[in-house]
Amino acid sequence: MATLPDLLTKTAPPTVAVELEVNGSRHRLDLDPRATLLDALREQIGLHGAKKGCDHGQCGACTVHIDGRRVVSCLSLAVQAQGKRITTIEGIAGADSRLHPMQQAFLDHDAYQCGYCTPGQIMSAIACVQEGHAGSADEIREYMSGNLCRCGAYVGIVAAIQSVAGKEA
Amino acid sequence: MRGFTYARPASAGEAVEMMTRAAGRSPRFFAGGTTLVDLMKLEVEVPGHLIDLTGLSDLAEYDVSSPKELVFGSLARMSDVADDRFVQAHYPALSESLWKAASQQLRNMATLGGNLLQRTRCAYFRDSQYPCNKREPGSGCSAIEGVSRGHAILGTSDHCIAVYPGDFAVALAAFDAVVDTTGPKGARSIPLLDLHLEPGTTPHAETSLASDELITRIRVPVTGAGKGSTYQKIRDRESYAFALTSAAVALDFADDRVKEARIALGGVATKPWRAWSAEQSLVGQPLTEPTARRAGELAFAGARTAPQSAFKVPLGIQTVVDSLMIAQQRALA
Repeated sequence: MATLPDLLTKTAPPTVAVELEVNGSRHRLDLDPRATLLDALREQIGLHGAKKGCDHGQCGACTVHIDGRRVVSCLSLAVQAQGKRITTIEGIAGADSRLHPMQQAFLDHDAYQCGYCTPGQIMSAIACVQEGHAGSADEIREYMSGNLCRCGAYVGIVAAIQSVAGKEA
Repeated sequence: MRGFTYARPASAGEAVEMMTRAAGRSPRFFAGGTTLVDLMKLEVEVPGHLIDLTGLSDLAEYDVSSPKELVFGSLARMSDVADDRFVQAHYPALSESLWKAASQQLRNMATLGGNLLQRTRCAYFRDSQYPCNKREPGSGCSAIEGVSRGHAILGTSDHCIAVYPGDFAVALAAFDAVVDTTGPKGARSIPLLDLHLEPGTTPHAETSLASDELITRIRVPVTGAGKGSTYQKIRDRESYAFALTSAAVALDFADDRVKEARIALGGVATKPWRAWSAEQSLVGQPLTEPTARRAGELAFAGARTAPQSAFKVPLGIQTVVDSLMIAQQRALA
């Protein structure tokens, strides 16, 4: 039979010391091992740009970059992200606060309505171009399929990405 | 999510030792997390101790330069192998099976070894308010009398009709891949086709791996049928969805007749499914629409359907036909 200390252990495991590098700043945190990177970013570090949509890796609203690669932060454990470079939507603007070209393109192409999915869309879009997967509208649609937009701003999103990919090509 | 402790070994050997030491605490190997964290949030998976393999960088490498076999470390990321130029050119079915799975974010996280062990997407398995023989042995199967549209029609039993959800393993099955493992009893190799088990009376037993056994490598023997290969995946939406039907096909020709045919099916079976009789029907024949259709029909000859999944037979046959035609074009190009 489970004893009370056993049950307490099951619900509240000992915390672990985790140091995360987010947008160039280091954060020392004391985390429950269950904490996802998304929850650590939002609730511990106070970066609310990455959004919690489905919390099961299906919608892409929580997309961030780890070591330059896009991932869904809702299925990433924060402890696993130690020693890696994490970049969120708050970390992509230029030093003089000029918008990142992809942010500007989303504005110019009306690539959002309510905006909830937009930080994830932009982080995914930047990676899509960097990976070389923005060669055509079809390829963009394929490689952006992990980012859902309930408002249906897809036409603007594809146009925004094409405009940035075209400039960099 | 239930609580767990977390450890990070520095080598495969240490990972196995940690697993042995943690016996009794429900330890699990842990890599990309795309399946496990998802199922832990649903409390379908309740590990007490996670052994994080992602620091084992020697297992993250892959080598396609040997004239004998392609060797993929089990921790190689799906996105990296999908984008490999050599794999794309010489084994297109392998690349397609990877990039047609999940989303780029998930493929950046997920490892090849973990992907092989992805658990079923059966909605009853994922929701603990329903009986499920896979999740809770002996509790019954909710799918057989339930919403059965997405379920398996090959390799099923009276205890489980959950479909094997992966794509890469289906392509590997077509190529007679082998997985190398390590564990407390040492190293061994398992043919990919023997890695996954049909449900039978024990749907909870999904693979032939021991719980403390770790996949280290996936090896694909070099074949002349690599170039003439394809992975076709039919879905409810065009991207980022699980297969309703899929086929991995690889062909090699001699004098305009099929010399070698490899056909594996996904989205329709309880494990990566090889269509042996369909393959045999093609050898020595020219590949035409009628011979391709005959092969497709043989592939689904043993299908056991429910009213909602009966559509998978004609759709699956057509998927095989289309895949054979695409593979032929590539083989003869």
